[in-house]
Amino acid sequence: MRLHFEKRKSLSIGALFLVPAISFLASLLLTGLLLVAFGADPMATYAAMLKGAFGSGRAFTETLVKAVPLMLTGLGVGLAFKLRFWNIGAEGQLVVAGVAASWVALFWNSWMPPFLLLPAALLVGCMAGALWAGIPALLKTSLKVDETLVTLMLNYVAILFAESLYYGPWRDPKGFGFPGSAPFPDSVLLPHIAGRAHIGLYFAIALALILWFLINRTRWGFELKIIGSSHKAARYQGISVERKILAAILLSGALCGLAGATEVTGISHRLQQGLSVGYGYTAIIVAWMSQLNPLAVVPVSILMAGLLVGGDQVQMKMGLPAAMSLVMQGMILFPMLAGSLFTEFRIRRAGKAAKDAQTMAPGGAA
Amino acid sequence: MTESTRENAELLVEMKGIRKSFPGVQASDDVALVLRKGEVLALLGENGAGKSTLMNILAGLYRPDSGEIRIRGKLARIASPRDASALGVGMVHQNFMLVDSMTVAENVVLGIPKLPFVPNAARIRREILELSERYNLKVEPEAFVWQLSVGEQQRVEILKLLYRKAEILILDEPTAVLTPQESKELNAVVKLMQAEGKSAVFITHKMDEVMSFSDRVMVLRKGKVVAEKLTRDTDPRDLARLMVGREILFCIDKRPFEPKGLVLELSGVEALNERGLPALRGVDLRLRSGEILGIAGVAGNGQRELAETITGLRPTTAGAISINCVDSTNASPMSVIRRGVGHVPQDRVAVGVVGDMSVSDNLAMKAYRSAPLASGGVLRPKRFLELAKRMIEAFKIATPSPSTRTKFLSGGNIQKTILAREIEACSSLLIAVYPSRGLDIGATEAVRKELVAQRDAGLGVLLVSEDLEELAQVADTIAVMFEGRIMAVMPACDAEAERLGLLMSGAIPAEV
Ligand SMILES: Nc1ncnc2c1ncn2[C@@H]1O[C@H](COP(=O)(O)OP(=O)(O)O)[C@@H](O)[C@H]1O
Ligand SMILES: [Mg+2]
Repeated sequence: MRLHFEKRKSLSIGALFLVPAISFLASLLLTGLLLVAFGADPMATYAAMLKGAFGSGRAFTETLVKAVPLMLTGLGVGLAFKLRFWNIGAEGQLVVAGVAASWVALFWNSWMPPFLLLPAALLVGCMAGALWAGIPALLKTSLKVDETLVTLMLNYVAILFAESLYYGPWRDPKGFGFPGSAPFPDSVLLPHIAGRAHIGLYFAIALALILWFLINRTRWGFELKIIGSSHKAARYQGISVERKILAAILLSGALCGLAGATEVTGISHRLQQGLSVGYGYTAIIVAWMSQLNPLAVVPVSILMAGLLVGGDQVQMKMGLPAAMSLVMQGMILFPMLAGSLFTEFRIRRAGKAAKDAQTMAPGGAA
Repeated sequence: MTESTRENAELLVEMKGIRKSFPGVQASDDVALVLRKGEVLALLGENGAGKSTLMNILAGLYRPDSGEIRIRGKLARIASPRDASALGVGMVHQNFMLVDSMTVAENVVLGIPKLPFVPNAARIRREILELSERYNLKVEPEAFVWQLSVGEQQRVEILKLLYRKAEILILDEPTAVLTPQESKELNAVVKLMQAEGKSAVFITHKMDEVMSFSDRVMVLRKGKVVAEKLTRDTDPRDLARLMVGREILFCIDKRPFEPKGLVLELSGVEALNERGLPALRGVDLRLRSGEILGIAGVAGNGQRELAETITGLRPTTAGAISINCVDSTNASPMSVIRRGVGHVPQDRVAVGVVGDMSVSDNLAMKAYRSAPLASGGVLRPKRFLELAKRMIEAFKIATPSPSTRTKFLSGGNIQKTILAREIEACSSLLIAVYPSRGLDIGATEAVRKELVAQRDAGLGVLLVSEDLEELAQVADTIAVMFEGRIMAVMPACDAEAERLGLLMSGAIPAEV
């Protein structure tokens, strides 16, 4: 059977949902083969993962705990990708924001009214994330420096900076040498919903809705779409391209920053090791899997978080290597990237295709 | 060979009963075609008439659904370009098919079946230079294709065929990308090949080229042959009617020329091109409302830069621009738009529209900023759709639906989309850069009529064109541009083609 691709005239709605779903299934299949190679029973493993991630109230709240930073960074990264600004620095923006929020939490309570401390920590965190993303954005818009490298390198700067603080000046003197700051005052802790799940979840969902509205229903979003397609066309339409990109990337960084701020105020309650666990990288997968649609980021993040939590469970219960869930994550991305071909193109079988097989032939249509 | 012997010469190609369909269109519908030795056959038809399809079949790129092809009397099975090449058939496609990263010489020999594993570069170079000498096709064998202009690339394509000893050359709209001067050179090359007994099929949708290039003409409409005549027995008017299937207006009704207030004034304007070299060297122009000012000139003499400088897309390095008597030197693109200036840019596909967005979004790309399409920064999708439906109807834009992605429209309909949007948004000055370039005669007529209608409605229209016929037809005043300077400004009724041509090529000095 000869297959043949044909460019779609308009994006099919079905494919928009189908592709991530099929990619996910394909990744289950591929990982399954790998599990067999490791001598594990794939069905049992998946069942254990499912149970570990969603099987009990406790499991589910743990999944939500991880879903929140994924949602926020996924939204941030997705927004940048819409502009074809390859922000792979979500991890660094998250960490820097965590540091900034910790700074507020640790040192501002001496003079700030307690009820203002939490909002201040979140806000300063967002600003730090925005600033961290703003550096590559400014370099790109003013000097045309490639953002991919700069955002990536700044991740290491941020992570090492955080380390130098909690190993150095901010280390808790009462911490028995444990690398981490003093615990935050109670007034700066994020209220919890259930288990360790905190109200950052509400923020994330609300922000997904707001971002969807901004992108699809406002002038601002319309202009972003034009810029994302072609800077030349945008300039011709009178849009100030550099300013708009800068603003959008600041927002992208702020979203990633909020992830860091909610992590320290909602989960760790101090600045310590483990703030950087790769959410900012998984966010890239989340953004692609959601096809840059903010609404899709919410369920996709929960799914990916389930994969992480379930993976940990399997590792502990079934003695599989810890890397297994990371392998699975990677395995989702591949079919996804291949899958984006199917949202853009349509497959036709040889019989029908033979006739118009030349659609792709050069010099074809006039 | 004299003309009368040519008319009875040996039949080289006979195509009979050729049919070919694509989803939704019958691109070739029972077509018969003959080509004699030493003859140039023009294939005339509007965009989409099926000219390229028919010739792609002969060149082995498409397979016909039915029909037979005979070459030199023998039934031929042409399943690939290689088969065609073996039979002496070669084609220069509408979109060139050269490999950018390879040299001219490499491209010329690329795909030759019997090429030795290590080709003799010196010999190939010599042979190419010989051919280029003989046919007056100047090329540099060592140059990389990406370094060449389109005109030069075309020469490489032709050399490629000659190198393969093609006897039957198919040229698919070869002049579409050429300047008038280059077209003339091409004409000479074709005549030279003809004198050597080679035959050619020349695809075009321009009547004057049929008259100057061909011996015989075949007119296609919607995949069918509607006429076949000796070129000397026909005239452009006759051909236009056959091609479109109705009488074509060669002159457009316009109201008498009654210019009003000044809309645009440039004094001593200078600007640089992408490479930092002077593109405009002291341009002075005045355009009044109710006037069409045509800028005549060979493409690349500063016309695009002129439009971009006025619209704020390119910095003015000296001089002053005023729009509606307000200084707009180096104004931002946005503030120029706010002054009621519409701009149909030279590069339609990459600048004029966003191909990945829908037709309706593209139609709204000027109006989206304010009511009724937006209120307080929030868009109103329903209003977008209403606007799109109205404009699609008013400008007869052929699109499956308003939500179709714009890149799937034909060139003519993309142009209508841009024109519709710009006209809708502009209230004082409309700048149109090569608005009818590459469009078929029907779409061209629609575009020209629209420009005149806007002029009659009181806009000032700045029309950049390289088509003197177009300028004569619609412009009230003509300014000639050469190497970034205005050579002369004259009322259109006083413009003679001869003098314009000389001014355009810099052969006579500037008159202003
Ligand atoms: N490869 C193709 N796939 C689908 N439709 C095609 C293809 N090539 C041409 N067509 C259609 O066939 C018709 C004739 O096209 P073409 O031969 O390119 O016209 P022309 O060269 O006269 O402008 C058009 O409607 C065009 O859209
Ligand atoms: Mg064609």
